[in-house]
Amino acid sequence: MEHIRTPKVENVRLVDRVSSKKAALGTLYLTATHVIFVENAPDTRKETWILHSQISTIEKQATTATGCPLLIRCKNFQIIQFIIPQERDCHDVYISLIRLARPVKYEELYCFSFNPKLDKEEREQGWMLIDLSEEYKRMGLPNNYWQLSDVNRDYRVCDSYPTELYVPKSATAHIIVGSSKFRSRRRFPALSYYYKDNHASICRSSQPLSGFSARCLEDEQMLQAIRKANPGSDFIYVVDTRPKLNAMANRAAGKGYENEDNYSNIKFQFIGIENIHVMRNSLQKMLEVCELKSPSMSDFLWGLENSGWLRHIKAIMDAGIFIAKVLVEKDWISFGHKFNHRYGNLDGDPKEISPVIDQFIECVWQLMEQFPCAFEFSERFLIHIQHHIYSCQFGNFLCNSQKERQELKIQERTYSLWAHLWKNRADYLNPLFRADHSQMQGTLHLPTAPCNFMYKFWSGMYNRFEKGMQPRQSVTDYLMAVKEETQQLEEELEALEERLEKIQKVQLNHTKVKSKQSEPSKQSGFSTSDNSTANTPQDYSGNMKSFPSRSPSQGDEDSALILTQDNLKSSDPDLSANSDQESGVEDLSCRSPSGGECAPSEDSGKDRDSDEAVFLTA
Amino acid sequence: MEFSELIRTDRAQAELRRGPEAAPLRGTLCVTGHHLLLSPGPQSTPDLWLLLLRSVDSIEKRVAGDSGTITLRCKDLRVLQLDIEGAEATLDIARSVEALSSLESVITSFPFFYRPKGLRLGDAWHFHPPERYYKRVARETNAWRLSEVNEDFSLCPSYPRAVIVPRAVDDDALSRSARFRQGGRFPVLSYHHAPSGTVLLRASQPLSGPQKRRCVEDEELLRAVLAGARPGARGIIVDTRSSHAAKQARMTGGGTEAKAVYPGWKRLHRPLERGRPLQESFVCLVEACGDKEQSMDRWLSRLQGCRWLAHVKEALSTACLAAQGMEREGACILVHGAEGMDSTLLVTSLAQLILDPLSRTMTGFQELVEREWIQAGHPFQLRCAHSAFSHARPKHEAPTFLLFLDCVWQLGRQFPLSLEFGEGLLLALFEHAYASPFGTFLCNSEKERCLCEVRTRTHSLWSGLNQPKEQRKLWNPLYVLNPLAIWPSVEPQSLRLWQGLFLRWTRPPEPAEEAWEKVWQIVTESQKTEGSQPTVSA
Repeated sequence: MEHIRTPKVENVRLVDRVSSKKAALGTLYLTATHVIFVENAPDTRKETWILHSQISTIEKQATTATGCPLLIRCKNFQIIQFIIPQERDCHDVYISLIRLARPVKYEELYCFSFNPKLDKEEREQGWMLIDLSEEYKRMGLPNNYWQLSDVNRDYRVCDSYPTELYVPKSATAHIIVGSSKFRSRRRFPALSYYYKDNHASICRSSQPLSGFSARCLEDEQMLQAIRKANPGSDFIYVVDTRPKLNAMANRAAGKGYENEDNYSNIKFQFIGIENIHVMRNSLQKMLEVCELKSPSMSDFLWGLENSGWLRHIKAIMDAGIFIAKVLVEKDWISFGHKFNHRYGNLDGDPKEISPVIDQFIECVWQLMEQFPCAFEFSERFLIHIQHHIYSCQFGNFLCNSQKERQELKIQERTYSLWAHLWKNRADYLNPLFRADHSQMQGTLHLPTAPCNFMYKFWSGMYNRFEKGMQPRQSVTDYLMAVKEETQQLEEELEALEERLEKIQKVQLNHTKVKSKQSEPSKQSGFSTSDNSTANTPQDYSGNMKSFPSRSPSQGDEDSALILTQDNLKSSDPDLSANSDQESGVEDLSCRSPSGGECAPSEDSGKDRDSDEAVFLTA
Repeated sequence: MEFSELIRTDRAQAELRRGPEAAPLRGTLCVTGHHLLLSPGPQSTPDLWLLLLRSVDSIEKRVAGDSGTITLRCKDLRVLQLDIEGAEATLDIARSVEALSSLESVITSFPFFYRPKGLRLGDAWHFHPPERYYKRVARETNAWRLSEVNEDFSLCPSYPRAVIVPRAVDDDALSRSARFRQGGRFPVLSYHHAPSGTVLLRASQPLSGPQKRRCVEDEELLRAVLAGARPGARGIIVDTRSSHAAKQARMTGGGTEAKAVYPGWKRLHRPLERGRPLQESFVCLVEACGDKEQSMDRWLSRLQGCRWLAHVKEALSTACLAAQGMEREGACILVHGAEGMDSTLLVTSLAQLILDPLSRTMTGFQELVEREWIQAGHPFQLRCAHSAFSHARPKHEAPTFLLFLDCVWQLGRQFPLSLEFGEGLLLALFEHAYASPFGTFLCNSEKERCLCEVRTRTHSLWSGLNQPKEQRKLWNPLYVLNPLAIWPSVEPQSLRLWQGLFLRWTRPPEPAEEAWEKVWQIVTESQKTEGSQPTVSA
């Protein structure tokens, strides 16, 4: 709390992102965990909540006649602009947020104070939800070729790997340790995915420290052991995800790649996924495009291409379509993805931040777009995961390795996101999912030809706070409602039939049964409710204006925030999808002043056609 | 019959390849007056493959040794390849197809011979007459009347016989106004928006010319429109040309409405692309979609370079502007460009979809297409003579109607529950506008259709589409009546390439089909459950 210079500023304006003419007047609060903006409008008192950990950058802009603008960009791609009347207040808020958004200790993160009022047992269960050994069992491990190794007990070999690792049976501890010494950060080749149908496996490791000529016998034996673990295959592919140039450059630093001459029966392949620095810049550029106010189609497409983002997405997809099928938990978390460094949850080197997980999530979305029936979860699931990677509300994505997480006792001190998502799993289901689909075909068959045009810009993610840009009606929600109602009706039907049977038994005395009585409530819940939301008067500004990015905590817990109002429903971040039904009005006036200013125009003595020019600027 | 002279060889052995996914088909290839047929050998199923020759857009032949290959690029953007035995046969068949697919005579075209089972001639031609729309307008307001001033098409050859005009203006004034408008297209009612009491009109440009001529009756007509709406109503003229282009048009006898003599009306210019640039944009996009070798970056820059999505954005925003003027500002809207047969219709028809819930139903939309495109005189025969593959220099071709369908698709994507019809209907309309066994899209105007007796001698597409077997493809199972205006977002982030059309033959169709099937399944299951209440048998 000592970092909050001013807890409350009045008469602040929240600027509408699309139409800068519109702004909501209200009060800005700073709490230990959130920035909260409460609108003055007495009927709504709409609230906008921003978690400190979501803040990516804060920009104090030049003071104008109306006040001092403060621009906040969030990691979940929300952009918020406040105008604070007094420069001094603005400065105080700015300085406070700079500090609050960059905690220096893990303990300052929200997950250590977040308390969803679950008892100890429930919390522990939450952490048990995803059990890696179960995952391995599902893959058919251990078996004759692969075994669980305890070589990394107490993180003796590699501190960024988990303690439990699968390695080929023929790989002795000596080979593993030897190999690890020849690898960057000692990340020796270990099993990632095993496909029991054909014994094929995916292993991963870091780059070898080969330099220009160094060799390591144990490392060569290790790869040999992996090859032998698949009796059906004579060789293994070594896939280097870097562009070849980068790998070659690394040799000068004593690192590099496997020399095909030294390793028997390997096939070497570079894939050309750019490094984190390129990716970070690419995302940055794309977000700048998303931020443009009413760009022309040309500006947008040009900017999108120039950012290279979709090209990177495609490169990743090309490289590893199969990775998409591997669960997030196993592949990213247990294997030492540097969450803290890459997501900048703590104050650190900005060069270490990279959107790799964003790219993974987007790749899954691209697959979902191409295969609408293949995933059990919906787009919303991906968006919520992305949100929580940065929210720091749950402990899952903290720290850089399992070792660090254990040292911090994350499991004892924080809650698991998976439990939270599991609790609300109904919200994340894809109604189109076909279970039979995944059983019969298993793998997804992507078009063999490189169909670039299949990759699309994901406005549902990167412009998700500009609700006006999103489809105004949700097919997913509608179908889920239909399904739910069908189920309810079926249950009612069953109950009725039972009752009917009873009645007919008693019918000896009564010849007539009032059938009306037992009629189920016929009004279909979803369709009427759809219309009622659609009927709400359209609000020009409404669509685009501040969406309350509500804290997931609000409403049902967290007494620290006294702001809780009746209208706060417990819901997940921002993402209330049900309000989308209402058809919105695109604010065309920001492109042509036909809006409110269409009043009979005076000719002002100028050229008779002078009013034309104004509309041509569109 | 003249066809036989054009058919050099009427059969050959051939193998048909329909893309990388589908299995090749082998059999006897036959050329008839209107079709290319492939009948597989007697051993296999009598699965006959049939292609309407009219739908061939371009043909490419290659001969090597004693066999040849013909590549057929179709107007629906499909690419087919035929491997034919015999070099001579290949060349003969290619020449025959070339000649037969480019016949210009309307009355020898296939719709005049097409006699499908289960349909009777003349059945659906009275589904959507303009008189029917007038009945609706008459229920809502008394300010308009149905005029038969164009009974013999002498006033305006591209208008239908009956048009809806202000009650206060007599036929005499109409004919004077017609003389003041290009092609005789005087201002007529396109849509009456009952909630605001405003109207949408369309016309062609006034022939003011370099001398800035006037026409008192034309001015009167527009004054009567405002007077009929409500006291003090204002009007907006949406000119679909740039103000520069409009001024230039004066030199050739056209022009714009001078502000001083049309009190209450103001003019907005929203330039929309038409004619050759639009056709080139279409050609360029289809070319980019067919090129599988490009890198991601090339793809985006080509998508930008062909400007198709920019045209979609401009068309939608102009339609929104017109709709907004009516609904939000209570203004009457007159839309015209130069001829008033292309971008004008694009704007008026889209504005109606945005505002009018009825036009978003299956019947309402068919009626809209009939009234605002076919009856309104969009010259389909000229505009859709060739699709994107033709090597011929475009003369009058322009994919204005396709642009309309794309915009409708964008509306459907943004409001997936608000249109009663699905993507299937839009695809069908695209196909049939370019080549069809039905007579609906034949000719350029009602006048021509009357001369050719299209109504009595061909079948209507609407009766073809409304047959029960087509329903799953054409209807949107998610439809829920939305009584409100649907305001689309026209931000670039919200507009997408219509993959279902432009990549229809390049992407594997199964995933999308499965999803559509699943949606139907969920919805019909729910209907079944709702319908299966236990009945009490006393």
